Amino acid sequence: MEDLIKLLNEVKPGVDFTKENDLIGSGILDSLSIIQLVTRINDEFDVEITPLDLVPENFQSAETIYAMIQNAED
Amino acid sequence: MKTITEDFEKTVKAFPERVAVRDEVTALTYSELMLQAKAIGTVLAGLNKRHAPIALCLKKSPLLVAAMLGTAYSGNFYIVVDDKMPVERIKRTFSVVEPAAVITDASLTENIRATGTQARIFLADELLTTPPDEAVLEAVRARMIDTDPLYCLFTSGSTGVPKGTIISHRNVMTYVEWVRETFEISETTVFGSQTPFYFSMSITDLFTTLHTGAELVIIPKAYFSFPIKLIQYLNEHQVNTIYWVPSALSIIANLDLFKYAKPSFLQKVLFAGEVMPTKQLNYWMRHLPGLLYANLFGPTETTDICTYYVVDRQFEDGESLPIGRACNNCDVMVINSDGAESAVGEEGELYVRGSFLSSGYYRNPEKTAEVFVQNPLNPYYPEPVYRTGDIVKYNERGELIYCGRKDFQIKHMGYRIELGEIENNAVAAEGVGVAACIFDAAADSLVMVYEGKISQEELLAHLKQRVPAYMVPNRLIKLSAMPYNSNGKIDRVWLKEHLNTME
Repeated sequence: MEDLIKLLNEVKPGVDFTKENDLIGSGILDSLSIIQLVTRINDEFDVEITPLDLVPENFQSAETIYAMIQNAED
Repeated sequence: MKTITEDFEKTVKAFPERVAVRDEVTALTYSELMLQAKAIGTVLAGLNKRHAPIALCLKKSPLLVAAMLGTAYSGNFYIVVDDKMPVERIKRTFSVVEPAAVITDASLTENIRATGTQARIFLADELLTTPPDEAVLEAVRARMIDTDPLYCLFTSGSTGVPKGTIISHRNVMTYVEWVRETFEISETTVFGSQTPFYFSMSITDLFTTLHTGAELVIIPKAYFSFPIKLIQYLNEHQVNTIYWVPSALSIIANLDLFKYAKPSFLQKVLFAGEVMPTKQLNYWMRHLPGLLYANLFGPTETTDICTYYVVDRQFEDGESLPIGRACNNCDVMVINSDGAESAVGEEGELYVRGSFLSSGYYRNPEKTAEVFVQNPLNPYYPEPVYRTGDIVKYNERGELIYCGRKDFQIKHMGYRIELGEIENNAVAAEGVGVAACIFDAAADSLVMVYEGKISQEELLAHLKQRVPAYMVPNRLIKLSAMPYNSNGKIDRVWLKEHLNTME
């Protein structure tokens, strides 16, 4: 989880990702940053997030993103 | 036919009940759209202004289209203002155009007031309750001519002061007729609209729609990050024609999206706005064979496009696509540094002449005189042409090849280098998604900024095999997030400013 928060902060600096739980609705994660984030996650967590995982529900908060990564690891 | 509204009414008459424009929430038929536009036009006509700027600050929606047409009905011209634009930038735009009125919605009025504008502020949905006054609108139309301005489109000038290109009714009418005949657009066409209405590319799908009775489906921007939804949306509305920036097409290729879902109705894929990398184009052509793919090219000053190339052969990854030949009823010239026409293979600047051409920039005679000049090949009678600032050449097939921007063309170690060529070779590497090559003039070095899976060393090794030594970047920066500007294109200005703070 810490690694993920660090990565999120690299893609979008200046956001407290431990607190935000409406990343999509608030516009913090826009369309391009999501694509960039996913590329990084695939690289650094050595998982394969596929387009099927790219749904708004998976990107609401750091927690939901983390859950998605864990799912992909299984 | 003098005005875009007359042309539009011809379409309304032929297809009153067909959907003209829709987004996720609203769909307007041609007759509904006309009614809304006339209501807005009636209120604006009450301002008793001619050829005055009306700023439209609304989100991309059918209502915004009604406001654009409404402005045209009133004999004035519109400026679409990005609803996400910071107050400071709106202020700078307003300092150039000083709008006579602003049409917006309740959520944005505060931002508009914060600019300190003296303009009347109207709420779009309130305007719709006004009954159209045909007599007033007819009186306006009777005085209009086809060279009256339809809109003013702002692009960021290199000096930081935005430049507003004035485009007339005639410009758009001539241009969309070329789009119609070239790509066989008709009432059976359904466009999937990606580009913002303050970007010149949107003129092509929006106004060709209104000219032909096609349907324009506005794609929510967020769908480009939730691509399965994007495909579902395209299929739900049976979108068969798209005209997107290469960055949007590349997102799909880089995600290998077609492994999971495919657009079932797509027939035509058009693109423009930046160089289309052939690796990503090849992905599309492999997975969706048999479609028409076309590379369109041109600046805002020629309404949108001046040359085009329909892909008619295979290209290797990393090879560059031609920009083809001049559009019908538009002419281009390649002029070398001696002011004469370039020979085949010789680089020169692209000049454009004809009815797609803007008459110039709003309240900016100096900038206008710099680039709207007398045809250098015609000493006999006045004939303004537009200097694009693009460096091009003809290949042996008679196709135009884009070499780069005059201001991007750099001299490094004594060689003339086109940054685009290095970029195209970089994105051809396995594992590179996006790449931008920036010239750091102060350090005389080529900086390759990219996003992808491979390391700097691997990309360097790849480039060394593909480009001459003097084109191999001196520095490579791997970014987790390539910055994009509001049009969805790579933000090169930002990159240039942050060359020493990235990594």
